[in-house]
Amino acid sequence: MKSVKVAGKNSKHKVFLYTLSSCAWCKLTKKFLTEKKIEYEYVDVDLCSDKDRDAIRKDIESRGGEPRYPIIIVDDKILIHGFRKDKISEALGI
Amino acid sequence: MITLEKVRQRAEADARTNGCYLNPDSPFLNDLFDGLMQNEERYGYPSCPCRLATGKFELDRDIICPCDYRDPDVKEYGCCYCALYVRKDVFEGKTSTKPIPERRPKEKLDGAYGVSRVGGESLSVKPSETTATLAKEFPQIKLKIWYCRQCGYVCFREDPPYICPICKAKREMFAELQLGMGKQA
Repeated sequence: MKSVKVAGKNSKHKVFLYTLSSCAWCKLTKKFLTEKKIEYEYVDVDLCSDKDRDAIRKDIESRGGEPRYPIIIVDDKILIHGFRKDKISEALGI
Repeated sequence: MITLEKVRQRAEADARTNGCYLNPDSPFLNDLFDGLMQNEERYGYPSCPCRLATGKFELDRDIICPCDYRDPDVKEYGCCYCALYVRKDVFEGKTSTKPIPERRPKEKLDGAYGVSRVGGESLSVKPSETTATLAKEFPQIKLKIWYCRQCGYVCFREDPPYICPICKAKREMFAELQLGMGKQA
């Protein structure tokens, strides 16, 4: 599974995203994190193979989430669905 | 060839016809148009940019923009799932958009996993030719003929639309059309 790492000055939390390359909400989420100088890593699920898509779905469901994007996972514990600026900010303490 | 301008014109025309509006946030709207164009280029049809598509027409049919869920979502939440189409109060800035719940049934969401075509591979057959072939390939898809009891609109699909595209009657107005080859007396 090909993930992309985006460097940022703030690497206090481990931030991982499942996104779609075509999704406007996903773009907003990435832009928000970049503007806040948060380091994060993402996978564009629509560009993944069938096998990887299955693995992603299982990973999301094992974390109690649903396969709708973007999904923001903070420190392997907090899962946020959608571009919820308030929830993301709260989870990252920004 | 599909262009951003064509995508925009199609969306504007659809909004006018169906009494809704396009998202007033221009940069966000352009991102949505980009996503629609990207999907049309890779799949052959403009599936929702914010949902995971398979590239198989029959499995993605309900999320081809404007998706089956647009009208009830715009009515209830003020915008559709991707927020391309919005309600008048949202267009006028009286209400803001935010992510809304997914109305698409789970079994359809699950269809996007394990049967996808990715990496720019497009359909080898045109959408109009896929109904019979994919119905055979995916026996779980039970296509039926539905008709609107109000205006007579007929469609061939798994479930009736939420709202009739012609007369705007609700899903409850649709009935399944049973075709039989009875013996004549």
